[in-house]
Amino acid sequence: MRQSPSQNASLNAAIALTRFGLGAGPGEIEAVGNDARDWLAAQIRPDGAPSPQGDLPTTDERVQDWLAYQQTGQQRRQIRRQEGAGPQNALPPAARAQPMAEGAAMSGMAQQGQTPAQTAPLSDEAQAAFDARRESRRDLAQETAREFVARADLGATTPDGFAERWALFWANAFTVSAIKFQSGIFIGPYEREAIRPHVFGRFEDLVLATESHPAMLTYLDQAQSVGPNSVAGQRRNAGLNENLAREILELHTLGTDGGYTQADVTELARALTGWSIPTNRGAGGQGRGQRRRGRRGAALAEPASENGFVFRTIIHEPGTRTVLGKTYAEGGAEQGRAILRDLANAPQTGRRLSHNLARHFVADEPSPALVQKLEAAWTSSRGDLAQVARALIEAPDAWEPQATKIKTPYEFIVSTHRALGTRPQRPQPLQQALIQMGQPAFSAPSPEGWPDTAADWAGPDALVKRLNWAKTVGDRAAETDADAVAAAALGPRLGERSRLAIARAESRPEALTLFLMSPEFQRR
Amino acid sequence: MTQMIHLNRRLLLGGLGAAGVGLAYAGRVAAQSASTRPKLVVVIARGAMDGLSVTVPYGDANYRALRGTLAIAAPGEANGAMALSEGFGLHPALTTLHQMYGEGQMRFAPAVAIPVRVRSHFDAQDVLENGGEGLRAQSDGWLNRALVSAGGQGTLKGLSIGAQTPLILRGRAETSSWAPGGQVKGEDRIASLLQDLYVEDPMLGTSLARGLETEALASAMSDGTPLRRADVAGLGQAVARLMTGEQGADVVALSVDGWDTHARQNAQMQTRLDGLDALIGGIRTGLGPQWSQTVLVVATEFGRTARTNGTQGTDHGTASSLLLAGGALKPGGPIGDWPTLADNRLFEDRDLAPTLDVRSVFKGVLRDHLGVDQAALDARVFPDSAAEAPALTGLV
Repeated sequence: MRQSPSQNASLNAAIALTRFGLGAGPGEIEAVGNDARDWLAAQIRPDGAPSPQGDLPTTDERVQDWLAYQQTGQQRRQIRRQEGAGPQNALPPAARAQPMAEGAAMSGMAQQGQTPAQTAPLSDEAQAAFDARRESRRDLAQETAREFVARADLGATTPDGFAERWALFWANAFTVSAIKFQSGIFIGPYEREAIRPHVFGRFEDLVLATESHPAMLTYLDQAQSVGPNSVAGQRRNAGLNENLAREILELHTLGTDGGYTQADVTELARALTGWSIPTNRGAGGQGRGQRRRGRRGAALAEPASENGFVFRTIIHEPGTRTVLGKTYAEGGAEQGRAILRDLANAPQTGRRLSHNLARHFVADEPSPALVQKLEAAWTSSRGDLAQVARALIEAPDAWEPQATKIKTPYEFIVSTHRALGTRPQRPQPLQQALIQMGQPAFSAPSPEGWPDTAADWAGPDALVKRLNWAKTVGDRAAETDADAVAAAALGPRLGERSRLAIARAESRPEALTLFLMSPEFQRR
Repeated sequence: MTQMIHLNRRLLLGGLGAAGVGLAYAGRVAAQSASTRPKLVVVIARGAMDGLSVTVPYGDANYRALRGTLAIAAPGEANGAMALSEGFGLHPALTTLHQMYGEGQMRFAPAVAIPVRVRSHFDAQDVLENGGEGLRAQSDGWLNRALVSAGGQGTLKGLSIGAQTPLILRGRAETSSWAPGGQVKGEDRIASLLQDLYVEDPMLGTSLARGLETEALASAMSDGTPLRRADVAGLGQAVARLMTGEQGADVVALSVDGWDTHARQNAQMQTRLDGLDALIGGIRTGLGPQWSQTVLVVATEFGRTARTNGTQGTDHGTASSLLLAGGALKPGGPIGDWPTLADNRLFEDRDLAPTLDVRSVFKGVLRDHLGVDQAALDARVFPDSAAEAPALTGLV
């Protein structure tokens, strides 16, 4: 049967909102109008994707927070030392052995943290130092939690759902995880300052911004990597850490089959030595650095920092570097940047990320034609992500009526808010739901980021937990007209079977739960 | 250091109470009763577990020099390893495993590796779990194929704990999954309405049905106390409860993350191994008498560099150790040869060299413990592995 033009336009609007975006709220399908492609293309702006709102800290402010937190630790150590306790006892045994829960950087709000359960009682002064540190840590975690709620709120309210999904894709491609507490502190400003401004710009700018941000430099241990032949490396027992170098090659640019060797990893690791973050030395603190300086009598000026990035010549491995057969002259931080630019512009990189984009937005196993289309846009524009985004919008595959992708838990929760016209308020229930469904806030399990296929998200337990959550939403929204919500959220994508089941439900909570768990709402 | 709680990435052992632990189980042979069926638990230590800190080669002349401050002390010294045999000791955190060793219920292979030389976590985990000889050689997991191959005698089923089913158990044999925190009952009205909605979406339909089934089993087995998030032993016991009784699982695969110790390794290893030890202890407690029919395997995707790196950690390496525990094991010494840490024996001048293909251990356990047919093991479960990775004998 032939569909009328308006039905077609309405289906395309529903696809634009759900497959490219984070779901439709009341009236949105109508608002998209007759040309869904134009509506999507209008979200591609040179200044990038919109950022979460609400007086959120800059990278520099978060660096100051981190340094202040470190000082609480230094003060506590000092007191314990004065009181004659060995440094190994500075942390109570129970706290030391305690395995940190997943997403702990977020859930430090109440139960998490270091409980003073030591056997010997602390002096008042030591207790105060301990409390100060715990409080500082809790504040840091609370700020991260506030950041996450702000992001979810942007997802729930933004008129630019495609720009938001596009930004989330890149945040996941350059994953930093709060599983590492220190890195979690920086994730908010990392996404706002290093990711979002660049997602519709040149890919190499995105690479340079992410790899030099304190979030990444701490997450993948770069900040502490020392060139063995650098000034500092020669006088103390420190050396290379190749973690970031390897993941840049493997996950951020070329990919494992991208033709690099262990020697390339090591050379890149050498080139990146010196890429670091500020310390208390520069902040005028009483940190270890200052004590060390005092002992050795060799005052080291803290290099200037910019957006949390510091280049430390003293730990940079001197010399030319060879990566993938190309030689890079010594040039301080610029040496590493030159290599990153070449990696960003390598054909393997564009091919790999084109595939990942197609897999994320369209199908677990995207057609070669779709991938080639994106890759061609990538290559001809030399990594202009706006051109790649336009190619995705123009690809016929992206408009197939059949929805095959399963929403991630985050997409599921945010799209529920959109459908109901509600907003996430408090961090705790949001985080709890995400943990249950397997995607704790800001806490991807590895630098590979969250997985991206149906088999990853639609496992038996995951669906049980989605059903759990859908029921609590249904119970709390007992006044909601599920028929209307379903029609508004899915438009022509709502199938007859689901529509009837929702209409025939015996209660409003049941109807809403059925809608949230319907295949049409679970898939996009 | 007061930063001991400072955590590296991938430390999902902490996910324990939540979704980070993936457990997969399967396999029930109909002819056997609940009390005599063999049980298999496969623990995947994700992130590249440092074998040189787990089964400590304190007797190797080069160990201390290569490891410096990361070297675990010899038995008898302060914070020293617990003696095993032939110059090996167990990390001091692994007290339960060491007790099992004393009872002839623990063995170790000090230098195993997957058949492919890669240093990418993700590629290596794929190989470890898909059981093939190359990257992306198989799209399903060897434990699932083992279930299919062993399925002749009865119905086999699988389960994973945590939101994501690990590759090792993905495949043709249908599996379920479970994680703490469920509230939905199997006979739920909405659940049955959803089955009607899912008739044209069998993936969602099958998946939800299996999840509800397992959740019902879990709540029937539970003593009603909710599991605290950090209660690792409690999680082990909850896992074990799902393996007991007529409906219980017989083969379990469990993921423990957080082993990627690029910096400050010793503190992290202490925490991770404390957790692993408690988990295994919990499983033994929960299984009760059935522990005597159980084999538990701990394997990782690759080991770490023999030398300490510049940040009191280690980088991605090659061979690592594999642990076996369980009442069904035959007692014995180290499995496979020790390549030594001599300069000219290090793989690519940096890593512990492998002397044993990890598939040989898996195959030995599957054949002698679960009774999977040898020909199926060589051809299907681990394709084309007969020559390169013959099944070990004498483990069970």
